[in-house]
Amino acid sequence: MKIACLSGKGGAGKTLVAVNLAVAASHIAYVDCDVEEPNGRLFFKPQDLQQHIVTTRLPYFEEEKCSGCRKCVDFCRFHALLYVREKPLLFPEVCHSCGGCMLVCPQKAIKEKENPIGLIEEGRYKDIHVITGILNPGEASGVPVIQEALRYAEGDAIIDCPPGSACSVMESITDADFCVLVAEPTAFGFHNFKMVYELVTLLKKKCGVVINKELLPYEPLESFCKEKNIRILARIPFDEETARLASNGEIAAEHKESVRTIFMELLEKIGGAI
Amino acid sequence: MKKLLILSGKGGTGKTTVASAIIKLAKAGAVADCDVDAPNLHLVLSQKTDPAVTEFLGGDKAWIDAEKCSNCGLCKENCRFGALIELNGTMQVKEYSCEGCGVCEAVCPEGAVSLHTDVAGKKELYQAERVFSTAVLKMGRGNSGKLVSEVKSAMLKNAPDTQLAVIDGSPGIGCPVMAAVSGVDFVLIVAEPSYSGLSDLKRLLSVAEGFQTKAAVCVNKWNISPENTERVEDFCKEAGIPFVGRIPYDPTAVAAANNGQTLADQNNILKTAVQDIYCQVMELLGISCK
Repeated sequence: MKIACLSGKGGAGKTLVAVNLAVAASHIAYVDCDVEEPNGRLFFKPQDLQQHIVTTRLPYFEEEKCSGCRKCVDFCRFHALLYVREKPLLFPEVCHSCGGCMLVCPQKAIKEKENPIGLIEEGRYKDIHVITGILNPGEASGVPVIQEALRYAEGDAIIDCPPGSACSVMESITDADFCVLVAEPTAFGFHNFKMVYELVTLLKKKCGVVINKELLPYEPLESFCKEKNIRILARIPFDEETARLASNGEIAAEHKESVRTIFMELLEKIGGAI
Repeated sequence: MKKLLILSGKGGTGKTTVASAIIKLAKAGAVADCDVDAPNLHLVLSQKTDPAVTEFLGGDKAWIDAEKCSNCGLCKENCRFGALIELNGTMQVKEYSCEGCGVCEAVCPEGAVSLHTDVAGKKELYQAERVFSTAVLKMGRGNSGKLVSEVKSAMLKNAPDTQLAVIDGSPGIGCPVMAAVSGVDFVLIVAEPSYSGLSDLKRLLSVAEGFQTKAAVCVNKWNISPENTERVEDFCKEAGIPFVGRIPYDPTAVAAANNGQTLADQNNILKTAVQDIYCQVMELLGISCK
């Protein structure tokens, strides 16, 4: 089974929940799809690292064949091609690698080359297969890196998603059997939680809530969950020791029995729900 | 006009908390929320009037006329985004996968495919006590960079004579962040005192450097980890980036936000800390903070 951890708001505790859940589960893959800021590896410090480069395809032009007909320039809906001195000029940062320019070129003057945009880093932490997608700074879209990272996870996996509720999150949860919505019991946290709940409902995914950093129950969140019949699977109280452990890249469930118990129970409840 | 952008790399470090306090302290006349994936600034900036709402047109989406479709499969074969599936004997477009490139339209021998503009979100503009531009992207949509640019330009167009514009950014380093950084005068980065926070700060700075935008760093909730706060400060010193202050962790910050208030509306150590950061940033921008 594949369990995705998502939150809408950043910093709600997706990585904390995903990492500790993986430790509670053991014999599982942890896939970091938060490719813009992949932080699970800072907790696992995985060994036996292997790196795989992720590429997209970019067009290039064989000048001697190009007749300057500008069919490619007119075709590109992303305005990635500009017509300069009767030749096409590529702006790689807006190219979507759709292959359309190559398809419409009557001279077959357009070829493609591989363009690196990020990395997949694979390693081991005890019996956890740690897979990290890392987007190169300056690249616009992490979606191809997310797709590639997910391909490396065979069998059971915990998926650590990016924040928000846009296309990268949707891509990360495509094959998830269950979505853990990590919510911060605050006005900001609740507002973004509703957005991400809408997303998982739209995709008809099973889901449940983990309330993180709880000082006091946040009434609007409680009544929303009750009204929509969303199960609250766990409550992680705010305490400075857990916060400090997390800030130093320590896995809380391996240092605090109370945290370990929370995640063992959470895992059981998810298993039951699936 | 000077444009100040608040970013963080890592999510949840306190961008909106710091941005909203600076907006209040500076009485900023122009404000934009560029975190279009998870906008929150409106929750702490009360507005007296309703906003003017306009549609955000994202990319195009393909549509297949089932009557003309001969189910030859050429569109599916040529689509690189896996956006076409065969359903009950005809081809259908998966709305969330389609990027609107037009390849399917180009290869269809029956002329069964057409492309249509997709409403991918909405933009909201408040103009009562300040110009406040914000937006919401629809679930699962791309094109957030384009929406960020439109939110920013709506703010600039409607408040051209304001001294200071404050822009709340999104987490990460991708397309929406790059769209937000483009054209601003200064980036204030709110960092978290943790291994994750430091790692994300470094990744974000490498993007900001690419734009050659001036930046400064502050730490929020510094007393959660004084050691890691030191690490952030040491890193800034080495990299030659101004470090402009620390905000302590205090549960009253959450209580304030839950009541729709900013740190500037408090009367405690949080307000003093953010005021100090505000004054240093204004000095770096060449504006008096008094």
